[in-house]
Amino acid sequence: MVYIAIVFLPLLGAIVAGLFGRWVGDRGAQILTTSLIGVSAMLSVPVFIKIALGGGTAVVPLMHWISSGTFDVSWALKIDTLTAVMLIVVNWVSFMVHVYSIGYMHHDTSIARFQSYLSLFTFFMLMLVTSDNLVQLFFGWEGVGLASYLLIGFWYEKPSANAAAIKAFVVNRVGDFGFALGIFGVYYLFDSVQFDVIFAAGPEKADAVVTFFGTDWHALTIISLLLFVGAMGKSAQLGLHTWLPDAMEGPTPVSALIHAATMVTAGVFMVARMSPLFEYSETALTVVTIVGASTAIFAATVGCVQNDIKRIIAYSTCSQLGYMFFAIGVSAYEAAIFHLMTHAFFKALLFLGAGSVIHAMSDEQDIRRMGGIWRHIKWTYALMLVGSVALAGIPPFAGFYSKHMILEAAYASQGAAGTYAFWMGTLAAFLTAFYSTRLLVLTFHGKPRANEHVMAHVHESPMVMIGPLVVLAVGAVLAGLVAKGWFIGDFREAFWGDAIVVLAGHDTIEAAHHLPGWVGMLGTTVAVAGIGTGVLLYVFAPGVPGLLASLFGPIYRFFLNKWYFDELYGMLFVKPAFALGRGLWKSGDGAVIDGIGPDGVASASRDIARRLGRMQTGYLYHYAFAMLIGVASFVTWFIIRMG
Amino acid sequence: MSDWPLLTIVTFLPLVGAAFILPIRGDAGVVTRNARSVALLTSVATFLVSLLLWSNFDPNTSNFQFEERAAWLPGLSISYHMGIDGISLFFVLLATFLTPLCILSSFGAVTKRVKEYMIAFLVLETMMVGMFAALDLVIFYVFFEGVLIPMFIIIGVWGGGRRVYAAFKFFLYTLLGSVLMLIAMLAMYQQAGTTDIPALMAHTFPRAMQTWLWLAFFASFAVKVPMWPVHTWLPDAHVEAPTAGSVILAGVLLKMGGYGFLRFSVPMFPLASEFFAPLVFTLSVVAVIYTSLVALVQDDMKKLIAYSSVAHMGYVTIGVFSMTVQGLEGAMFQMLSHGIVSGALFLCVGVVYDRMHTREIARYGGLVNRMPVYALVFMLFTLASVGLPGTSGFVGEFLVLLGVFQVNTWVAFFAASGLVLGAAYMLYLYRRVIFGKLTREDLKTILDLNRREVAVFAPLILVVLWMGIYPSSFLNPMHASIENLIQKYELALASGDPLHVAAR
Repeated sequence: MVYIAIVFLPLLGAIVAGLFGRWVGDRGAQILTTSLIGVSAMLSVPVFIKIALGGGTAVVPLMHWISSGTFDVSWALKIDTLTAVMLIVVNWVSFMVHVYSIGYMHHDTSIARFQSYLSLFTFFMLMLVTSDNLVQLFFGWEGVGLASYLLIGFWYEKPSANAAAIKAFVVNRVGDFGFALGIFGVYYLFDSVQFDVIFAAGPEKADAVVTFFGTDWHALTIISLLLFVGAMGKSAQLGLHTWLPDAMEGPTPVSALIHAATMVTAGVFMVARMSPLFEYSETALTVVTIVGASTAIFAATVGCVQNDIKRIIAYSTCSQLGYMFFAIGVSAYEAAIFHLMTHAFFKALLFLGAGSVIHAMSDEQDIRRMGGIWRHIKWTYALMLVGSVALAGIPPFAGFYSKHMILEAAYASQGAAGTYAFWMGTLAAFLTAFYSTRLLVLTFHGKPRANEHVMAHVHESPMVMIGPLVVLAVGAVLAGLVAKGWFIGDFREAFWGDAIVVLAGHDTIEAAHHLPGWVGMLGTTVAVAGIGTGVLLYVFAPGVPGLLASLFGPIYRFFLNKWYFDELYGMLFVKPAFALGRGLWKSGDGAVIDGIGPDGVASASRDIARRLGRMQTGYLYHYAFAMLIGVASFVTWFIIRMG
Repeated sequence: MSDWPLLTIVTFLPLVGAAFILPIRGDAGVVTRNARSVALLTSVATFLVSLLLWSNFDPNTSNFQFEERAAWLPGLSISYHMGIDGISLFFVLLATFLTPLCILSSFGAVTKRVKEYMIAFLVLETMMVGMFAALDLVIFYVFFEGVLIPMFIIIGVWGGGRRVYAAFKFFLYTLLGSVLMLIAMLAMYQQAGTTDIPALMAHTFPRAMQTWLWLAFFASFAVKVPMWPVHTWLPDAHVEAPTAGSVILAGVLLKMGGYGFLRFSVPMFPLASEFFAPLVFTLSVVAVIYTSLVALVQDDMKKLIAYSSVAHMGYVTIGVFSMTVQGLEGAMFQMLSHGIVSGALFLCVGVVYDRMHTREIARYGGLVNRMPVYALVFMLFTLASVGLPGTSGFVGEFLVLLGVFQVNTWVAFFAASGLVLGAAYMLYLYRRVIFGKLTREDLKTILDLNRREVAVFAPLILVVLWMGIYPSSFLNPMHASIENLIQKYELALASGDPLHVAAR
């Protein structure tokens, strides 16, 4: 009952606020949705204690869904440690974002609609994490995609917001295309999509071979790779990342909840959930490692040169998701989920902090037009500082523990991919510290670069916005220290139970405890170096960054333009799709099919008619009718003769 | 209750209603009002009676139920034989469900010749129901062709500007198929000596003959579905048809092709079906990708939805010829879902067409500002069309792809690309119509859905969600019939094959 309440209370809030917003009013919608999420958040604490700390798994069947032949799925809630962790993360961040939104959105004209979408998103996300089969997971997966689409396009009068919303949905659909094929592959191999069944049968199918797309494959490799394509879309990994920066068109609380803390981590969650299959495919794990590490470094380079405060944090999110994936690639699933959890706190904190800055700066988002405001908004400044330090990985903040565990696990895995991931991750850690410092300095320090009108209005946000930030900051400071024993430390086996499967010989977390000392030191060292470089360049020598940019012009522009992915995709896919559509329509349907088919027949018969000079009208139905009558009389004659 | 000739009642009740409308005379206003009420009442009553078919349906047998048989032309062993199984049950319900909604939706849109319009719709309903319930080739053929007459009139009389051209094209395409099918039916009668459909299903046709018969039926059904490349009549017919005509066209008439495959091609010509499956797959995959791309660039709302219909029906033909349980049930489900969803989308277009008298996408934009309820309804059906899980669209598409993946991964791969393209063209349409700033002067006074329109959409929304969340209500009655179809098909392939090769 508790489980059902946790999942469905947000849905209740979404329905009431969405459909009856006019009756309950803006204030009513805010109070209702926020308190229902609050209840879910409170309830997930005892669930975490019971399931994660106490050990065990709970399954609550709800009702039948689809059954066809041997294919059978039901609506059900499954709660194990992995789910319990996600319940805490999703519900608490969502709760904080609901509260924060009361302050942030108070000028908006559709408050009830906004709160409804937030709650709807939370419901889908909870369905995703509590699923006990792949299809229900897909339900939540597509549902969060829908909520994301609605929220990115929340300000529907802005063309850029609409474009970003469609882009997010369609790019995610490309990922889902792979995900769906992966589900079909799982059913093909296992005759089931239930997690229990496929995980139990995983070992015996470890050497199975299937023929997909005309090629013989190691079965679990192709299935894992297809599922990973889905994860790449949702978690914005290199190649399918282009929607995430554009998604910042949505209101800032949305960016914090969906595009930082929860939805974008769904891919990481899914792959971790599928660990019993991924573990049997070295190839798939290697691909995951390389994609993750490449994303981590790619996004970090782009993050260093962006000027929109939200886009910097968005690229940072993309980069941190890359860390989570290469952690998975080296079989350090626990470290990946650990980073997912700590990241949720400090990245939500950073986004909401950025929202507070934007709020104070009269909706300005360009950090080149900020500066010198820390004195005016001390709370926001202090909280952003906490978030940034946690992101950079400075001990004893949360990010330190999780990020270092990941880097050490990558080093400990010893393979070529692991080594690549280790060095890319280390370099990205340097860049992370650097761009975080750049962001803080340009936003808060130095001389004010905004006009007087804006500067006169700079004000601290109300308590309803600062309060949630404080809660998240507590998480950003303490989550790593408190939870590391369970997630990656001595108690991890009891903590995770059956939720995550790691084959013998893959246990990189264990191996990471026996590394040479410099490996552990390196992460902190580069983080400090990154902060130092940032301070040096932007505080003491503010002319240098511009100089560097012009000196390395091509590289700077390459980074600034996000490696030209959008332009490339526009050229490769979007324009050709429209051109092809137009061509098929005009020439295919119009000229060829209709030309030869009906129009051709029509004009030919008109032609014949004119020549015979029998019927001046040339109406085809006269002919057709005559023909029909002819056929009918022939048939009648035929029947009579036979009968 | 079960002694009643339920099927005959459901089939001919609309005709009785039409007979009541016919003699209405007098003041134009009175005629209009009475014709509307009688038509609505009759169609609602028909729907309620048809619900009895569902509630009394026995899902445990694949036999035909509610059978009725009366000798008609005993000398030729042709009889009035009606009955439904798990395959035809929901098509009957689809027809009886959509008709009252169509009639209700026309109350505002159709103002001239209302009496004739209502009669045409009721006759159309009789033809549709009869077609799905007929168990004799001749009866089937009469209804199958009979459907076209009221449809033809509806487009031709109440249609748009280019209705002559559209009706023309429609006629040409269907004529070719019908003639071939008729010849094939004669050949079947000559070979098997009966026109009784269950008897023909049990009859084994020689392999060579199966090929020709299959092709002849295919010519007729492929046009109806419609499959690429014989689909070009559909966009024109939809554009010119009045809203309710489009709803029936997309909702029920397109299903005649899919139903035909399930009732004739697969059970009667199993060897040919197996032989031609790759052809069907190829045409269907081309349809999915080709028409999705074409839908992307349409400027006319109805044309866009018409092209999306071709893409969605591509899944149906893929599912049918995958010959897997999931594929066949998915195809059935996809047809039902598409019937509801595309019908609803045409109604959505109708709502704004009634107000602005244009279907051009560029003439709209920012409607959400004035029409929030409409925006919500349109969004819901857009999502169902895109196949979002939790709506009816998902279940059908997913089962079809799941089924065909088991037999041909390439087909699944290419067909699944429709997931991406479908999202692109539908959301692009939605954005251009609903979102953005409301800048056009004439849109600034546009009104949101009125009560009558809400009453039309509410049942559709309920069914879309019901089918998405608890599809078992619809899948369960299909299981036995689909299972039986596959069993017989496999038996025919296994045993029939060497026999007929030898016989030749």
